Amino acid sequence: MTEPTAINPTPKIQIRGLKKAFGDNVILDGVDLDIGKGESVLVIGGSGSGKSVLLKCILGLLHPDSGSILVDGQEVVGLYGSDLEEVRAKFGMLFQNAALFDSLPVWENVAFGLVQGKGMDRIEAKALALEKLAAVGLNEEVAELSPAELSGGMRKRVGLARAIASNPEIIFFDEPTTGLDPIMGDVIDRLIVQCVRGLGATALSITHDMASARRISDRVAMLFQGKIIWSGPTKDIDHSGNPYVEQFIHGSSEGPIQMQIRSL
Amino acid sequence: MPILQPIGRTFIAFLEVAGRLSIFAIAALTHCVRPPIYPRLIGRQMLEIGYYSLPVVGLTAIFTGMVLALQSYTGFARFSAESAIPNVVIVSITRELGPVLAGLMVAGRVGAAIAAEIGTMRVTEQIDALYTLSTNPFKYLVAPRLIAGLVTLPILVLIADIIGVFGGYLVSVYKLGFNPATYISNTVDFVEVQDVVSGLVKASAFGFLVTLMGCYHGYHSRGGAQGVGTATTNAVVSASILILCFNYFITELFFAQ
Ligand SMILES: Nc1ncnc2c1ncn2[C@@H]1O[C@H](COP(=O)(O)OP(=O)(O)OP(=O)(O)O)[C@@H](O)[C@H]1O
Ligand SMILES: [Mg+2]
Repeated sequence: MTEPTAINPTPKIQIRGLKKAFGDNVILDGVDLDIGKGESVLVIGGSGSGKSVLLKCILGLLHPDSGSILVDGQEVVGLYGSDLEEVRAKFGMLFQNAALFDSLPVWENVAFGLVQGKGMDRIEAKALALEKLAAVGLNEEVAELSPAELSGGMRKRVGLARAIASNPEIIFFDEPTTGLDPIMGDVIDRLIVQCVRGLGATALSITHDMASARRISDRVAMLFQGKIIWSGPTKDIDHSGNPYVEQFIHGSSEGPIQMQIRSL
Repeated sequence: MPILQPIGRTFIAFLEVAGRLSIFAIAALTHCVRPPIYPRLIGRQMLEIGYYSLPVVGLTAIFTGMVLALQSYTGFARFSAESAIPNVVIVSITRELGPVLAGLMVAGRVGAAIAAEIGTMRVTEQIDALYTLSTNPFKYLVAPRLIAGLVTLPILVLIADIIGVFGGYLVSVYKLGFNPATYISNTVDFVEVQDVVSGLVKASAFGFLVTLMGCYHGYHSRGGAQGVGTATTNAVVSASILILCFNYFITELFFAQ
């Protein structure tokens, strides 16, 4: 559980009792999480624990079974039509698999939200897109390629450029540095920090990379068996006193979290 | 009564699909008329649905017209009624064969392509990405295709009608020894506005059905490559069946007294 702190009296996003199941497969089982304005929160948790599902529920891409999600005090569960579109306009999202539009060249992918969503002039949007691409280390030649011609890490970076292109108030990063080399990973981490500190955005990220986690987040929340079992400042993560968190950050197979595997 | 159970279950499943499809169609139609409308996207789809279907539809039409003339000849020769061939060809082509065959060909070509494209976008989360970029997929993906289908198919069928009649003309004149001038004047004198108009109305309805089925099955596809394959098959099969059903009812609307 997280209480509103003195610095962040009203949270940007407030999640209470969020539940989501696919058939009999319960994924989220009462998630409570607050994300303050301008805060960078990181969700950690095992593979398949429902981190991506959590992000999609907040965006209204998946419909939760029950619970409440407030964005700027407005309930988004059960919202639809233009009201939902209005709330979604506050968000930018980097998908785990980048989810680039493969019928459009790279720069149009990045400019998409500006042209289609905000009605910006194409030439102006292209200049802005090239700028964002440069910030993730991709040059003008790459901008003309189609997404199918990119490597996995390049695709991820294009997805990142697309997510931040329209300067959203809230940005979700689903494993931003997975598949990148360590140097580029650090560059991307800095870019995320710059988005949050420099532009005042609120960020909710997912990563398995603990080094990156320490760089980009103010606060860490751990998702386990459908609930947030621990949440606290990133600097406290090494002495959380929670055996689950400790096992997770040390990447040890010995501990309370048991993997469902059978040895060969 | 274990026999009734599967019947009931199938019926409920059918109602469920019909309900979901209606909701989808209504949502899609409202986005067709509510701005913003994307003329560029509509233009591209018209090219895709209309222009690139021309060779397929043209070939279908010409051979259909040719075989019509040939078959009618072998039948009508028994009653010495060969002179009715131009009339048979023009009526069959404009009222039935033009729109139905063009519709079926377009269902195979365009319906499948739409379902595969939108289905792939669904399973690779591109549709989710559209939502997060303040773009409604109904507006960006579905509406342009529906509008293009509605508008383009009548044009395509009009061309198919002309090519089909020309096919009948070719066989009649060069193989069966008709007088070219008589054939043409018979055709022109016999055809009525209603024949052509009913065909074009059908074409528009079929264009809508094909694109709607493609979009619907694509949008609701799930589970990777196999899911997209299923969606594509379903789009073509359901569009083809619906074309034949609607063909009957539109005919009844126009010609049953
Ligand atoms: N559309 C869906 N239909 C059915 N089950 C789903 C769907 N999406 C996700 N799941 C299930 O939900 C669970 C959580 O998935 P999710 O993608 O959130 O995992 P994750 O925590 O992001 O894992 P990773 O770190 O590997 O990305 C998985 O067991 C998955 O099988
Ligand atoms: Mg994930």
